[in-house]
This record gives sequence, C-alpha cells and structure tokens, in this order.
Amino acid sequence: MEAIRTERLTKYYGKARGIDGLDLTVEAGEFFGFIGPNGAGKSTTIRTLLGLISPTGGGAKVLGMDIVRQKTEILRRVGYLPSEAAFYPKMRVRDVLKLSAGLRQRDCSAEARRLCERLALDPSRRVDELSFGNRKKAAIVCALQHEPELLILDEPTGGLDPLMQREFFDILRERNEVGTTVFLSSHILSEVQRHCTRAAIIREGRIIACDSVEALSRTSARRVTVHGSVDLSSLDGIRDRTEADRTVSFLYSGEMGALLQVLADGQVSDLSVSEPDLEEIFLHYYGKGGEQA
Amino acid sequence: MTLIRHELKRGRISFLIWTAAVGAMLAVCIFLFPEMKGEMEGIGSVFASMGSFTAAFGMDRLDFGSLTGYYAVECGNVLGLGGAFFAALCAVSSLSTEEKERTAEFLLTHPVSRARVVTGKLAAVLLQVTAMNLIICGIVIGSVTAIGEPVPWKLIWLLHLAYFLMQVEIACICFGISAAIRKGSVGIGLGIALVLYFLNLIANIAEAAKPLKYITPYGYCDAADIVVSGTLDGPGIAVGMALAAAGVAAAYLHYTRKDIR
Repeated sequence: MEAIRTERLTKYYGKARGIDGLDLTVEAGEFFGFIGPNGAGKSTTIRTLLGLISPTGGGAKVLGMDIVRQKTEILRRVGYLPSEAAFYPKMRVRDVLKLSAGLRQRDCSAEARRLCERLALDPSRRVDELSFGNRKKAAIVCALQHEPELLILDEPTGGLDPLMQREFFDILRERNEVGTTVFLSSHILSEVQRHCTRAAIIREGRIIACDSVEALSRTSARRVTVHGSVDLSSLDGIRDRTEADRTVSFLYSGEMGALLQVLADGQVSDLSVSEPDLEEIFLHYYGKGGEQA
Repeated sequence: MTLIRHELKRGRISFLIWTAAVGAMLAVCIFLFPEMKGEMEGIGSVFASMGSFTAAFGMDRLDFGSLTGYYAVECGNVLGLGGAFFAALCAVSSLSTEEKERTAEFLLTHPVSRARVVTGKLAAVLLQVTAMNLIICGIVIGSVTAIGEPVPWKLIWLLHLAYFLMQVEIACICFGISAAIRKGSVGIGLGIALVLYFLNLIANIAEAAKPLKYITPYGYCDAADIVVSGTLDGPGIAVGMALAAAGVAAAYLHYTRKDIR
C-alpha cells in the first residue's frame, strides 16, 4: 500500500511557484527522506498533503485517501511535526497535549506520559516559557501520542540537542519497526543518509531524483582530493572545488581518462578518490540542473 | 465540544473583565438614580438646550426623571457601546488570531473539519455574548431592586433583547471578517462597532440620514423608540439578522477554502 502518492501535484501562490507537477510515491512502512534547500517546495508539499493549502493542480492521496475530499480522515491517522511549533499562549504542556488528544477524541495520556519521560519534557511547564528545543519536544509528543500510521516531520531536529536527537530518532525507528511510515523533510543530509531508506530530492518545486539512499549515493560523480600541483583548467565536470595548502578537492563527474591525464601531467604527492556523501550528491544534483548523475 | 471548551477557556479573562466593567457601570448608574431623580428639573432644562444632541441620544422623547427614561438613555450608552465592543472584539479575533499567533497549523492538522472549527468558534462567541447579557440583566434587576424602585420588567426585557440582538449582529459580521483577515483584528472590530454607533447618532440628528437606521443595528436599539412604542422594530431586526446570517455564511464560505500560511 502507498502511504503517499502525488500525481502532478501543483501549488502556485498567485504567480509564485510553490510546487509544480510533483510526482512522488512513498510506500507504507518506509522511512522516507525529503530533501531540498529552503524555498524548494518541501513545506508547500507537506502543507498541501495535510490540507492546510489547496492544490492548484494535480492531486494526491495519503493512506489511499484523497487529500481534498477526505482531509479529516487523513488527519485522524497522521501525526504532523511542524518545523516551528506554535502553541496557544498561557497553556501548560499537559493542557496542550490534552487538547490535542481531545481534538482527536482519544485518550492518549499514557503514551503522552511515556514520551514526555523519554524526551525529558516537564508537562507542568507553560508553553510560552519553553525554549525552542522544549517547544519542539512538546510538538513531537503531540505528533506521536496518538500513535499514527503516518508521521510527517518537517525539519524535525531543529532546536534539539544531539542527545535528544538520538532519543528522537530511536523513537522514530521503534515506530517504523512496527509499521509506521515516516516522511521526514530535511535539509540536513547526514540525517537523511543515516536514518532513511529512500529519499527524494526536490528542486524548484519538482522532484529531480527519487531512489533508495544507497542508490542515490551510487553516483558516477567522485570526490577527488589531490595534494600537489595540477592544472585543472582543461577539465569539464568539476564542481564544489576547494583549495588550501597545495591541496585541491573537488566533485568530479567528467571523463575519468581526462582526469587521469591531467593528474599524470601534474606533480601529485598524494591522491584520494572516494564516493561522495549525500550532501555532495545533493550539491551535484543542484549544480546539474536536476539531471540524474 | 473540546474546541468550544478551549475557546471559552481562552476568552475567559476578557469575558470577565468586560462583563464586570459593563455590569458595574450599569449598577453605578442605577445606584445614582435616587439622587438624580431630585435634580431632574434642572437637568431636564440643560438637556433641552443641547439642540441636536438631545435628539441624537433620544432624550427629547424620554422622561429623564423616571427610572425607565433614565435607564433607557444610560443603558443605551453603556450597554450599547460596552456590549458591542466586547462582541466585536470577541468575534473579530476568533478565527484571525489562529493565523496571527500561528496556532492555525496546530489546530487544523487535527482531524477537525474547517466547518467544525467555524461552528465551534462561532458557538463560543455567541455563548460568551449570551452569558454576558444574562449576567448583566441579573446585575441590573438586582440593582433596581436594591434602590427600592419597582422593576420595569417589560422595558428591561425589550431593551436588553434589542441590545443582545445588536451584539449578535455585530459579532456575526465581525466573525465573517475574522475569517478573511490575518492581522489588525482589534482595530477593525472596534472601528466597526464605533462606526455603527455614530451612524445611528447621525440618523437621529439629520432627517436626510434616517435610512441609516436600517443599516446600523443601533437603529433597532434606539431606547426612545422602544420606550415610546413599547415594542421592538421588527423590520430593523429582520435586516440586522439577515446581515448577521450573511456574516456567518461568509465565514463558512471563506474559511473552508482558505489557504493557511
């Protein structure tokens, strides 16, 4: 079963592009990463899926239900963590959690208590006195306490310290193991690489790559680091170039023979050629205008 | 019910302050009546020399020396403005606050349809307006009894019913506006209540501006008309309720289709 399926999903704000003809499929039970820089259309996609904004074209289904006609039923089975959580002022965390459960007509008190303990969140604190990280924790409990089938997380770790991030991802992994689909939007690529099984890269409102994280990492581009002196001016396919202390490092997607010729003509004291990490691949995709590497 | 309870809880401080303020001001006016009663001759001649303003407040047709005349003018000013301000503020911020304080994302990602959100919030506004009017009615009746005057039941019910309907109308119009705006709600709400109030004053002063009485809900709340006729202005109320229904319909139509940013 598909947890999310979008077909030519489009959202324009007047003349401004939000997303444009977005096609995306997330299978049930996946831990899916949704990668893109600010303004690429990640939040617009999520907000459209959740019914906060209406699509201007195309369509989408979440858990097999239409996002326009079956919005309420979708929200019953989805947990959403916004990038910046805002709560009603003067309420205590426990009241916010109770309100959230009440709006779902569920008693989630046992799960809420368990999650608060794991995330070290004091439910008696007032939400307007919480730090950004603690507000995030309260939002996490809101998103998880009703044990949804699909979790939609928009930049989930912002504000969380490394220990809390680890605990948070432990919780997500436990949920994923029992069948919860996790849809994680992020621009922190290491996060996606570490936790997700599949990922999609969005650029200017369109999906430019969607595959397993492993396959996305298997690109023909290589990270090349050369110690010594070489003239790279004749080489095509170089990007993300950095130079320091007779060391030059770059992402190379051109002809390997041409590279070897240039290296042979130079004075190389040391050389390393490695597979790039997801961050480099991301830059590669963005640099190439969205063509498959 | 969760949403209505939540809304009532959120608005309780504002509700208590406005109810206490309007109730206290009405009670003070009533407690001043025995003292004022003896000085009415002088006051009457002062009012008579105020020209158009006497007509604007309906004082040319009311006996300020009787409790009914005195209360009708005081009630018109205190409950007319105080009640309308509360109804306007309560309603105009009801939906818009969610976007202004960025809590709309929290609320609308729960399994509650937009129509149910509108219904819940409207119910909470109307419940607060109703509760305020009931409490104030109780304070007024208690105060009149305390000064030893017979309670003018018919007048009190008619006046308070008219003001209640006026507040409902203003609340519903402001509620419709609330669905469309994201900020600036307080200024808009107070502005609407004040403009409607002054439209009625103008209608009372200038003959040519009489039709304005059918636009502003203060038209069917004119205390002098109610005291003199002993009835409410049916057509005026019908127009008012039609405007209220239009405000509510606008809220449903707009909010259920609105993009939440």
